[in-house]
This record gives sequence, structure tokens and C-alpha cells, in this order.
Amino acid sequence: MTTADLHTLTGAYALHALEPGERAEFERHLAVCPACAQEVRELAATAARLAQAVAVRPPPALKQRVLRRIATERQEPPRVAPLPRSGGGAGRGRALSRFSLAACLAAAVTFGGIAVWQHQEAQDARRRAQETHQRAEELATVLAAPDAEVVTGKLTGGASGTVVVSRGRNRAAFIASGMPKPPAGKVYQLWYDDGGTMRPAGLMDPSAGSDTVLLAGRVGSASGMGITVEPSGGSPRPTSEPVALMNFPAA
Amino acid sequence: MKEAVYIGGPAPVGPDLPELLGRVAKGDQDAFARVYDRVCGPVLGLVRSVLRDPAQSEEVAQEVLLEVWRSAARYERARGSVMTWVLTLAHRRAVDRVRSAQASSDREHRAALLERTPAFDEVTEEVEAGLEREQVRRCLRTLTELQHQSVTLAYYQGLAYREVAELLAVPLGTVKTRLRDGLIRLRDCLGVEA
Repeated sequence: MTTADLHTLTGAYALHALEPGERAEFERHLAVCPACAQEVRELAATAARLAQAVAVRPPPALKQRVLRRIATERQEPPRVAPLPRSGGGAGRGRALSRFSLAACLAAAVTFGGIAVWQHQEAQDARRRAQETHQRAEELATVLAAPDAEVVTGKLTGGASGTVVVSRGRNRAAFIASGMPKPPAGKVYQLWYDDGGTMRPAGLMDPSAGSDTVLLAGRVGSASGMGITVEPSGGSPRPTSEPVALMNFPAA
Repeated sequence: MKEAVYIGGPAPVGPDLPELLGRVAKGDQDAFARVYDRVCGPVLGLVRSVLRDPAQSEEVAQEVLLEVWRSAARYERARGSVMTWVLTLAHRRAVDRVRSAQASSDREHRAALLERTPAFDEVTEEVEAGLEREQVRRCLRTLTELQHQSVTLAYYQGLAYREVAELLAVPLGTVKTRLRDGLIRLRDCLGVEA
């Protein structure tokens, strides 16, 4: 597509009417075309007026549900530095390594964003400390179990993972190394593999400061485990190809 | 920058949306409830116009509002008003939902979309958006037929521009430019600044 063609996509982009490939291409162009970015802002604001024209009176029960949910819903920290422009597209979040996150945080000091971030971090840390205290104890018992067996495997994208299974305690833990952050709005979900049927085993929390997680639920007759990328909150069944499948040591 | 006003009730007093959202970003649930009151009507109306199904629309509206809570700290004032930010999230989610649902099912009711009048003409029992609706209706009338159809099919029904082109039997390039010049004309008519 020529640059002139790209300029005319501002309207379709503001209306979410582009195909994914074109959207990625246009977003790369946006990063280097301030005039286009300004036009997109104006056209998105125009579209928002179209939405306000169809406003309805929401049912009161919806408000109750939403307010109940936010009471337990974690908030994300602010984006502290511009995303890298190379690569672009939908997979951009996936490419952010821990190293580049650290670089972003370092940059945030320069941009003055660190105070807000620290505030958020402190709140998160308090909440996490309470939540994870009990899990940490259970995790320790699995890792230290006399019958603990260990399997290490490669994950897609060069990361590696280690599974620790204690048949005696009927629990398993997963230790990730070098796993990139999941894309925005997605999480890594763990699964027990019950002879080909995947049973939910909890979510990984990559911001929790530790890459070691206790799988939720009992090992039971599971022969292995898997990891998939799922929408925030997880799914009842896997909705994407696994990033890893690992077999447990034979019982 | 102008912050969009909620039409239909008394003008909201107290902190404006960017200020409230700043408090939400710090975990203030009361501030979130006030943001909710201002944005939920347009969010639900928009999602419903794209998805049609009331139960599914509420579900998606709820996801959008939870996303506002989660990512309040990510809002950047320089990139547009809070209302625009929220409604952009809402439209994106509704469109994702409708496209993933339609990908697996038929699209033969397509022709019926053309017959479908714009959402604001059908919603008669709701009076929340009276003034805003009048203004938008007036400005939509200043568009050419093709601009009007392209913009409303893409926005209110959530169609990709290829689908719009197919439906209206016009070249792809034409739809692209009609979406852009249609929106530009609306922007000028509505006096939108960003």
C-alpha cells in the first residue's frame, strides 16, 4: 500500500473497520505521521458523538454487578514509556521482554512517571502479600516434598519451564524462566492434561514478582500440564494453541 | 479540549471526567461509580446497536467498564477525552465480539442490515440522549447517501470496510474514502475538537 493510500485509512481505522493486517500496517504509519494521528483523534471523537446519540438507560442491576466486580479486580500500572515502534502490530506486547520492561521503568524516572507507578506498586504489593501468603506456604511444601519430581522443557519463544510434581501431596508447581509478558488483556493459563482433556489449573500472574506458581487443584490422574494464552480472567477451556505442553514423570 | 457532556439530565457538578478517572487510577471506587454514571448509557447504547442481543450487550458493556477500572492509569489526556477513550474501547470490544460470532455463523442476513434503520431511529422508548440524537441526526443528513450508509454500517453495525463495500456493491477504495470524508463532514458539522 502506498503512503497516500495509508493516509486515507484514518476514517476506517477510527471506526475499527480495517482487517487486522491493515490495522497493524496503519498503526506503524501512524507512529511516523503526526497529521494522521491528529486526524484519527478527531475522527474517533466524532465517532464517540455517534455513540452518545444512541445512549440508553442502563439497568440498575448492571451497576451493582460492575461495582461488585471492581472491588476485587486488580488495576494495571500506568504505561510509563512509549512502546517501541519497531515490530508494531498486534503482537507487540508479546515482544516486550523483562529486560525492555526494566528499560521502560528506567526511562520513567526521566519522564517523572515513577511516583504514580510506585504508589500503584505499593498498593498492589500489599494486596498480593495477603493473597500469596497461603499459596506460598503450600508451594514450599510441594517444592520440598520428598517425592517431588522435576521435568524441564522448552516453551515457544525461547523461554523454558520446569514442573515440580509431588504425587504424595497431589500438587504440582510450575516455574517459568524468561517468559515474556502476555499481550495486553491476556493472561497465561495453566491446565492439567487429563489424557487429552484440559482441566483449568489457575492463572499465572507475571507481575507477581515470582515466576513460580502452584497449580490450582489436585494433580489427580493428570499425565501432564499445558499453558495457553487466554483473555484476562481465564477461560473454562483452552481457546488458543498451547505455548507449552509438558508430561509429568510417570507415576 | 472539550469534555463531552452527558445530555439528558442536569449538567454534572463537581469534578470532571479526567479528574475522576485520575482518582479511579488510584483505586477510588466512589470515583469509579461517578464515571460509571456518566459513561454507561452511551457504552451500553453503542454495544447494543452493534450486537443487538440485549444479554450479550450487557455482558460486553460490563467487560468494557471493568477494563476502564483496570486500565484507568493508562488513559492519556493528550490522546482525547475520557468519553472518547471509553467509547473507543466499547466499540472495539463490540466489533471483536460480533466478528468472532459471525465468522462461525452465516452472514446471509447481511442484506437485512441495509434495511435496518440507524439505531437512533428505532430506540423510541429511551429519552436519555434526546438533544445529542437530534444534533447527530441533523448532521448525518448533510452527508451523501453513500457516506451516510458507509459510516453507519461500519460504526453502528460494526462491519469491516470490505463488508461495507460488498454490501453496497462499490469498490473498496470508494468505501475507504467515503468513511473518511463522511466522518470529516460530521466532525465539522458537530464542531468536534480533539
